[in-house]
Formats: sequence, C-alpha cells, structure tokens
Amino acid sequence: MSTSDTRPPALLGTSGLIFIAVLVAAAILVPVLNLLTAPGSALHVPTYVVSLLGKYLTYALLALSVDLIWGYVGILSLGHGAFFALGGYAMGMYLMRQIGTRGVYGDPILPDFMVFLNWKELPWFWYGFDMFPFAAVMVVLAPGILALVFGWFAFRSRVTGVYLSIITQAMTFALLLAFFRNDMGFGGNNGLTDFKDILGFNIQADGTRATLFALSALALALGYVLCRYLVRSHFGKVLIAIRDAETRVRFTGYRAENYKLVAFVVSAALAGIAGALYVPQVGIINPSEFSPANSIEIIVWVAVGGRGTLVGAALGAVLVNYAKTYFTSGFLAPYWLFMLGGLFVAVTLFLPKGIVGTFYEWRDRRKAATGEADEPVAEPRPAE
Amino acid sequence: MTSPARCRSLSCALLFAALALATLLCAGRASAQDISGALDQFTQGNYGATEAALGELAVSGSPAAAGIVQALADGKLVFSNALPRKVFIETDKGLLDPLTMQPVPDPGPVKPVRVNNRIRRAIEAASGTLSLTSPDAATRLSAAGAVLRTRDEAALPALEKALAKETDRHVKSAMTLARSAIVIGMDGVPPEERIKAIEVVGAEGNQDALAVLRGLPDNALPEVKEAAAKEIAGIQHSLAMWDVVQNVWYGLSLGSVLLLAAIGLAITFGVMGVINMAHGEMVMLGAYTTFVVQQAIRTYDPGLFDASLIIAIPLAFLFTGLIGVIIERTVIRFLYGRPLETLLATWGISLILQQAIRTIFGPTNREVGAPSWMSGSFDIGQLSITYGRLWIIIFAMLVFAALLAVLRLTRIGLEMRAVTQNRRMAASMGIRTNWVDAMTFGLGSGIAGMAGVALSQIDNVSPNLGQGYIIDSFLVVVFGGVGNLWGTLVGAMSLGVANKLLEPYAGAVLGKIALLVIIILFIQKRPRGLFALKGRSIEA
Amino acid sequence: MLNLFTQARRIAGRAAVGAAAVALAAASVPAHAQETIKVGVLHSLSGTMAISETTLKDTVLFMVQEQNAKGGVLGKKLEAVVVDPASNWPLFAEKARELISKDKVAVVFGCWTSVSRKSVLPVFKELDSILFYPVQYEGEESERNVFYTGAAPNQQAIPAVDYLMENEGVQRWVLAGTDYVYPRTTNKILEAYLKSKGVKDEDIMINYTPFGQSDWQTIVADIKKFGSAGKKTAVVSTINGDANVPFYKELANQGIKATDIPVVAFSVGEEELAGIDTKPLVGHLAAWNYFQSVDTPENKDFIEKWRAYTKNDKRVTNDPMEATMIGFNMWVKAVEKAGTTDPDAVIDALIGVSVPNLSGGYSTMMPNHHITKPVLIGEVKDDGQFDIVEQTPGLIVAQEWSPYLEGSKDLIADWRKPLNCGNFNVKTGKCGGAGQ
Repeated sequence: MSTSDTRPPALLGTSGLIFIAVLVAAAILVPVLNLLTAPGSALHVPTYVVSLLGKYLTYALLALSVDLIWGYVGILSLGHGAFFALGGYAMGMYLMRQIGTRGVYGDPILPDFMVFLNWKELPWFWYGFDMFPFAAVMVVLAPGILALVFGWFAFRSRVTGVYLSIITQAMTFALLLAFFRNDMGFGGNNGLTDFKDILGFNIQADGTRATLFALSALALALGYVLCRYLVRSHFGKVLIAIRDAETRVRFTGYRAENYKLVAFVVSAALAGIAGALYVPQVGIINPSEFSPANSIEIIVWVAVGGRGTLVGAALGAVLVNYAKTYFTSGFLAPYWLFMLGGLFVAVTLFLPKGIVGTFYEWRDRRKAATGEADEPVAEPRPAE
Repeated sequence: MTSPARCRSLSCALLFAALALATLLCAGRASAQDISGALDQFTQGNYGATEAALGELAVSGSPAAAGIVQALADGKLVFSNALPRKVFIETDKGLLDPLTMQPVPDPGPVKPVRVNNRIRRAIEAASGTLSLTSPDAATRLSAAGAVLRTRDEAALPALEKALAKETDRHVKSAMTLARSAIVIGMDGVPPEERIKAIEVVGAEGNQDALAVLRGLPDNALPEVKEAAAKEIAGIQHSLAMWDVVQNVWYGLSLGSVLLLAAIGLAITFGVMGVINMAHGEMVMLGAYTTFVVQQAIRTYDPGLFDASLIIAIPLAFLFTGLIGVIIERTVIRFLYGRPLETLLATWGISLILQQAIRTIFGPTNREVGAPSWMSGSFDIGQLSITYGRLWIIIFAMLVFAALLAVLRLTRIGLEMRAVTQNRRMAASMGIRTNWVDAMTFGLGSGIAGMAGVALSQIDNVSPNLGQGYIIDSFLVVVFGGVGNLWGTLVGAMSLGVANKLLEPYAGAVLGKIALLVIIILFIQKRPRGLFALKGRSIEA
Repeated sequence: MLNLFTQARRIAGRAAVGAAAVALAAASVPAHAQETIKVGVLHSLSGTMAISETTLKDTVLFMVQEQNAKGGVLGKKLEAVVVDPASNWPLFAEKARELISKDKVAVVFGCWTSVSRKSVLPVFKELDSILFYPVQYEGEESERNVFYTGAAPNQQAIPAVDYLMENEGVQRWVLAGTDYVYPRTTNKILEAYLKSKGVKDEDIMINYTPFGQSDWQTIVADIKKFGSAGKKTAVVSTINGDANVPFYKELANQGIKATDIPVVAFSVGEEELAGIDTKPLVGHLAAWNYFQSVDTPENKDFIEKWRAYTKNDKRVTNDPMEATMIGFNMWVKAVEKAGTTDPDAVIDALIGVSVPNLSGGYSTMMPNHHITKPVLIGEVKDDGQFDIVEQTPGLIVAQEWSPYLEGSKDLIADWRKPLNCGNFNVKTGKCGGAGQ
C-alpha cells in the first residue's frame, strides 16, 4: 500500500481546489445575483434557475456518494436511490408536520392524505418529526441504518459483483412497492407535497430558495472534502485495495467486510443528506424516487463524469441533468430520449473513463512527457 | 328499492320477474305459432319490451323463433323508422321478413334493435330454451348449459319436456342438473324434490354448484337448508384442496412467463456477462413483430390469422436476433471485459429503442389478437386450465429445451461454451471468437424476441412492455445462478410458485415485497445463486 | 454574470455548474415575443404515462390551430409551448416553473395523474398562473389556480353504481383498483355510498394491486369465487392504465362474461380499448362524460376535424380529450370576456363561462372550479367503441368535497367574492378546513 510518492498526499489537489472554489463562488454569487439584482437586468439569475441549480447540486452529492463506493470500493449499488429517497422522506415528514392547520382539511396533527383516508391518529413512526433536530438526525440515521443492516448481511456473506448489484436493486424495488402502499402511512403514490415552511421560513420565498441553494453547494463541497479525505487516508487505501483484489486484502489480515460496511454506510448517509436537501427545493417526495431506473441513472451520471474521480461524478450528474432539462423542452422534446441514449452509448465507446477520467489521463500523459508526476489517479478496474 | 336477482315470493316475482310470468301467461293465451305480438315489442326501442318479447319467443314454439333470437344476438335484427314499425332480419341479400325469411320491399331507413347485458342474458336463456329440442346432441348439451347458467324459471316447462324425450346420457345428466338448479331456487317446490335437487347439484362440487346452493330461498324448510348446508360444506372442503392445486398451477404459469422473459438474459447476461439493460426492449420488439405480422395477415389473408403466432415466432427470432447482432457488432464488442460499462451502453440503447418504437408505432397500446386455439379453457377436476396459459407453459419448455440442445449438441453451441470459458484458448484453437460473440448475443436477443411473441398474448403491447420484465428477469437469473440454464429454469419456476402461494395470504403487493426480501436473504445464504457454478475460482 | 462565469470556466476548465448556469441564464433572457399568446402544454411524451398523455398534447395543438384559424384570441395568434415532463413527477414541477417563469405562458394545459397535479400545484400557486386539468380524479381538492374539467367521483362513479343496481340488480360488489389515491378515495366514497344503500359488509370485496400489475390469475379467480355466492355480482374497476389490458385479457381467458359478472371501469376508454381484442369483452361497462359514439352533430364535426388534423381516419377520441377541448374553449371565452390574459382577471372571468360540450349540451364552470357534466354509461362493443346504454337526463354539478367522506362532508368551495375559498367549512364558518 506504499506509494512511491514521497510528498504527503494533498487533501484536495488542483482539480479539487478548483471544484471547491467554484462551489463556494456559486454559493455566494448565485444567491446574490438572484436577490440583489433587479429582474430583467443582465446579471439577474431568475429564481427558477436557482432551484434548478440547487436540484442539480443535490444530484451531484448523490452521485458523489455512489462514486465513493463504486469508484473506490467496487460496490456497484443499483439501489442508491433508496437511501436518497429515505433521506428525502425524513425531510418531507418534517415539512408535512410544519404545515399544521394550513392543510386543506385544517387538521392540526394529521397530514391531508391521512384525513381523507379516514385515519384517526398519527402513526407512531411520525412522532418526533415535528422537531427539526429529530428530523435532521433521521435524515442520516434512516438511510444509515438500512445500509448498515443490508451491508452487514451482504458483506459478511461475501455477496459481490453482480449478485450484490441485483440484490440492491431488489431492495430498492421492494421499498418502492412498500411506499406505494397507502396503508404504509407515507402518502402512497402521491407522496408528500404542498410544503409551506422550513424552520419558520416560507419555502417558496426567494430568500429561502437562495439559502437552500447555498446550503446544497456547501453540502456538496463538504461531502467532497469528506470523500476525498476518506479515499486519501490509510482507510481509503485499503478500500482501493479491496476494490482491486479483495481476497488478497483479506489474506493480509484486513477485515474487508468491515471496511466495506463503513464506506457503504457513509455513502448512504451522504445520499440521505442529498435527498433531504432535494425535497424542499423540488417540493415533492414520492415513491418514484425508489424506482430502480432512477438508481441506474445515478450510475450513468457517475460513469459519464468519470468513475473513481469524485469531481467527475458530481460533474456527470450536473451535465446529464442539464441535458435532460435542455432536451425535454422546445422542438427537441420528442427526440430527447434518442439524445440521452446516444450520449450514454457514445460516452462508453469513446470516453470509457468518463469525461474527467479521460482528462486526467490526457494530463498525466502530458506530464509524464514533461517529466513530472502528480496525483496518481485511482485507476478504476472493473469489479467482476 | 332495487330488484333482487332472485325472487322470494310470488308477489315479488310478479313485480320484478315480469318476464317469467308474462311469458308463461302469453304462452298459455296466445296460440303457439303467433309471434307477431312479440315482434311488435321489438320495435318499441326499450330494453324492457325487448326482454319481454324474447321471453315470448322462447316459449312460442314458432319455427322462426330461433332464427330471430340468433339475429338479435348478431345485431342483425332491425326495425323500420317509418310507421307502422316492422321488424326485419338484415342479411347480405338485403332485408328479410322474420317469419317467412323472404325478401321484403325496401322499408326505408332501419335501425337495429339495441342490446345490453340484460338482453344478452335473455338471449342466452331464450336460445337455450329454444335449442333444447334440437336434433344435434352437442347443441342440446350447450343449451342445457345455457339454461343452467341463467336458471330461468320460465325455461322449466320446456326443459322438462325435453328431459322426458332425451336419450343421450350426457345431455340427460346436464339437463337434470339444469332442472335441479332451477328447482332449488324456485318457490313452492315440495321439500323431498328440493333435497333431491340439492344432492344432484351438490355432486357437481364446483363454484357454480356453490352459487346455486347458496341461492336457496330463505323461506325453505329447515331440513332442506340442512341438506344444502351439508353439500356446501362438502364442496368448500374439496375446493379448498383444489385451491392449492390451482395456486401451484398459476405459479407454474407465472413461472413460465418469468422463464421466457429471463431465458434470453441467461445467455446475454448469464453466459456472456453483459449486463444487458436492453433485454426488455428485445422482448418488446418481439411483441411488436407479432403485431406487424398480424396486421399484414389482416390486410392480405385474414384466413391465416390462427397461424399468425406460428409465423411470428421465427420472424421475431430472426428480427430481434439481427438487432442483437447489430448491437453486438457496433457497441458491445468494444466492451468485453468491462461488464459494468455494458450496463451504461445498453441502458442507452434501451432508451433509444423505446423511443424509436414510440415514434414509429405511437405511444398507445397495439392490439394483438389471440388465435382461436389459444382461447377457451377446460377442466381437470375443479381445476380450470386456460389454453392460453397452457400453451405459454409448453412454449417456454420448448424454448428452454431447444436452447439447451443448441448449446449442448451443435457446433456453434460448443464454440459458444468454449469462448465464454476461455476466450484466448478458444481463439488459438481456431474459433472465430468475434463471430461467436455476435452469434451468442444474437441468440440471446432472438430468444427474447420469441418470448415477446408469447407475452403479447397476456400483456400490453406498448413501448413500455420490456420495462416491466427487466427487474424480474435479472432476479431470476441471479437467483438461479449466473451462467446456469437449469438454474434459470428452477429459479423462474420456484419464484413463480412462491409468488402465487404467497399472494392469497399477503395480497399482491405484500406478497411481492415478501418475495423480494426472501430473495435478498437467500442470496446471503448462497452468494452465487441456487446453482452456483462449481469450480475453484475464488473470485473472478 | 455571463462574464464572471466565462472567466470561472476558463480557470476551472471543467466547471459544469458554471456552464449550466451560463446556458440557463442565456436561455432565460425572454425570446423576443412575436405578439403571440403562449399556451403551455405539460403532458408526458415519454415514460409510462406517454401512452395516455400524448393524445392530450395533440388535442391542445389541434385546438390551438383551430383557434388560430378563427383569428386567434384578442387579435393575437396563439403559440403552443410543448415540454416533456417524461412521467417524472419532480420534473413536472420543474417544467411547470419553466413554462411560467421562462416561457411566460398565459395558461397551462396538462397533467394526468394525481401525483403530477399535486407536484405542480405549489408552483401554480406561487407563480399565480392557470392550470387546466382534464382528467377524472378523486376530488377532495379545489384550488384557485386550477380548473378541473374532468369528472369528480359523483360525476362518474356514483351514477355508474346506480345504473348497475337498478338495471342489472347487482347486490354484491368487487371494488378493484390500483393502489393509489384515486382508487382509494373513489372506493372509500363508493363503500360509504353502497352501505347507505343497504349493502352489507360481506357483500363488498376491496382489492388493491400495484401499478403495472400483469399477472391477474389469482385475483380474477378470486372475483369468480366471490361472484358465486348466489347474488348478482359486479366489479367496479379503478384499475389504472397499463394494468387494464392484462386484466381484461385474463377475464376473457377465464371466461368471465359481462352477462355473468359485469365490470364497470372508470379509467378505460376508447384509447385503452384500442390495444385489446374486445370481442370477449362485449357488454363490460365504462362510465364517462363523453364517448366517441355520442350521436350529436357537434361530436361528428369534432371527430371529422380531429381526424383531418391528425391525418389518421381511424384515430379515436376519448373523454379526457373532450375535457381538454372544453377547458380550452372556456379559457378562450374567459380571456375574451376579461379582455386580457392576466391570470387574476381570467380566473375571475372563468366562473360562469359556458361552452358547448360534445354530447349536445353546455358545460359551465362552477364557482368550485369544476364543470357541470352529463354522465354516460357505455357497454363495450366488439369494434372497441361504446354503446351508450344510459345518460343522465341533466348535467351534474361536481361535488369536489365528497359528502360521503368523514373529513370533507362539511367543506365547500366557492371562489367568488366574498367567500373566495376552496375549503370553506360550513360548520365552523371558517375558510381552511376544520380549523382548530
């Protein structure tokens, strides 16, 4: 696990620094340009762009969490949407309780969907969600515990490769079906919506939106630093080793399953935070977030951006979602699936390492030519 | 106040079953041959009058009655707009007089006598009653069946007359059954006769018998009720056992659908290691091939319709197989050894294929008809087996056997196994690995296409068809053990049966969730599926 | 901002966030308007709902063309802005925001599923725009910015059940539905209604299935079993779109005919039947406010023009299309009445507007933002059309708040002054549901 690199590994590296700088700049500039400039001026950022960008950033954080386990541990989770959705539901439940008597039926305790389905009292699992700190803890705990239980079983039994991928898919599919059921008490297919306040601030006010955007940017930056810290540490080296040759790591005396479990739980918690930031900006959380197709799409973002690069995952999420926004409007609307599908095929064929991975490769080759080597990329190898 | 289906007293019958009494009265009053009064009723344009007219026709004994009832059933009974309104039978040769079946002068514009569910039931009853004395035994048998289904009290006299003359054993027992069923629900029947009827019906031991027995009037004597209760309990006991058999059958049928959906994937994913997200779309393309074949047949040679599926199967295989080869040559072949990236590329391909079909055929469902040999059902004991499902099971088994044979017995099968086991060694033995790869992917895709032909019979033919099967297919292949065809077979069947055994207790949704959890736990127990490939490799 | 971000991009090389923002900001500069009035179309053109919603997009485009041929509205041409929310509920909200903020549309026609409507609702309220929602739904809603031109449960479900009771003598009921809010609410209402008519608990069976259920063997067998209790049985189906075809195919397979156990459906129309061979299904029923087979000159004319527009002489029409058409015409009339497309003025002008429907009458926008409708019961014919066997004599006013539900029986909606409230509680005399 020793590297020939004599310098202490930099926490961020150039691309990481730029990434953080851009995020911090965006976190400051976008709200300022939204709130302090007059609508119609050339510098004005309209509110809908703010929430759109905020949404992209939460997706980017989600992609980052997937890259942590896929890019560095070789766990291809086809069910990461489940953790995202659980975090979202925890936040959604808090927001539902904040509606209070402003729901259409005016019931001070019960959310609307419970009133018209004739529920008489609040189910026990809704207790506590009227308090923000409790909800905030649940945002991390709910996905974290699911990941802990699931991972504990799966990694101890040494379920790997496609088997692991398919049972993560089964997990999110089972949750999808469960949350669809109205009897579960999560609002069924309509999910949770029509939110009013967050921490006493009107959720539709420009100021709140701008703040949520800034928070998303900061969360992404912090998430990046955390992941970066993890993968550069000794712990991270073991993870990469597990990815490349799990058996050998085990033979050297490491409890590989524990390393994997920690990474999996951290990743799930990050996904949960992303979900919690996503819900107030989008205004709805419903079971379709659990759908296996959504989870596959997350994998696609990471692959487009570049697996095992962290920055690439975030970039991929933003790019693919921007493409989706762009292509689904205007004269391109009928053809957008062709474009998106074509993009995925093209990326796999022509940029197999993703956008950032390819860029790194090109840069390393150039540096190798000029004789300086910096920041060895954690070269992803297929986990079979 | 709503009208109950069965009347409890004579006054009630007078009020609500006007049909029954009116027809009996009419039969007594009017001469047997005079049906012109009934015909006039058809021209009134309301359902009540039409129903009454049918009742009259049924007991009129007129030779023309059967033809008129049939015309009504076919929507060919029309009446003139101009007054006085008259009824005609519409044929290719123009309008005919219903009594004489002779052409009539043009009466001006006509419109059909309208039919709804109530009238359809009356038609069934009337044509049953009318054909009870048909010279053909099979017709009499189905007539007895029709009377049994409708249990129309008005048919009783005709039924008894026919029963007295009946010689055929089967028809006779069917008529006895029908008669008993009517007797049970009637008022004023002596208790001994009713108990006898209850025993006859009870001996049938099926759902329908249960329905008849439960229809016993509330005012029946205690001993009669007791007899019925005994029969009901007996039937319920045997039906409960048959229920299990039935659920297993449903499970096998669901399992064979899963097998069909998954078996192509067992090749592309299981054998070749391509995480083929476009697999569902291959199934969908197969279903659309069926649609196109049926369209062509409808346009050019409707007589061939019953053979449409037989024609579609090879075409679907070739077409989707070809698409598969194209995909392999243009995309997949650059990705061998990088299985996770095939997920990305095939996901993209699946989006493109879905949208392509949506653009070409439109987003709505397309109609794929069932050939006559796939509709209908037959009974084994109390188990009702539909031909459609039976054929799908047989087809799934045939496809499975054929695939095994190809892999085991043919040269290309041998080469496929060689290439997937050790590509380099196979290549050095002179096998054209490129060609074999293309053929293998084509084979898997082609089989998916054939599955699509079968699935078009039970599911939507829409661009989303494949999406509904992709998750289940992966589960089946992984559950059975990647790379093992027998595992796929056993996996599909056990998942199907488990699903159907769980469903009655847990409901459709919870049953499915329970099954998914079971699979997740099972994989912990056997991390390489049901039939793990034996070998010493620790990890790939 | 453009400059700043371009610089940032130059520095970062690959700052996608910046790139996206640049493109978005550039796109958000309002394209120079050519003196047209923009009309937003928010229907899924891909994904699972495309199957139903694509037709409605075509309908709006058709109506826009027709209106422009008549000279447009207020002397300006109409221009349709089509987006594809791709059956993705959060994307509905995003696209709604885009249509209103970026494209500055005057009105939006869109949504099919309840969840998509719920998803866009806050957006329409916040940005104060107008949504016309053309699909039958569960009720229990009345919003200032939404106009509901589809049926509320009392305009579809209850008349259908009445018909079965009176004409078929049905005493036993299977309420089968997909497990989401529309079937749940409708079945709750129907259950209360049936019980009020003296139907006993044991004569009602309720069954829910997941979306896209494709294996109906067990459930159809259960229905058969339930129907063999000696009483006339019917199925009231609120099964959603995709699951219907396998359901009906299984009914046909197991030989359940309409004469034995009729099925009355609220989500199956001409479009859905186009995908099934209807010969084994003859006699099963559907309840809608419009059928293609309605025999009026208006309907004939509409079908003719629709087929000419789509260049397809077999193209069918259905109820949500009629609802879209009615909504569109109401909007046009209200804009002309108000003399402006300003949402507030149009919202006020819309109440009381009457336009002809296709079944020979006039539908009116009521103060509860729902419209009056006739209810038609049709039996499936072997050509995939419906034979109308019953039509309510007059028009029925929507009960947006069902009197059969505990939570809503005291609520009314009236968006006229002075009430101006969507959930006014007649007991407490307060706007806002039950209050404290």
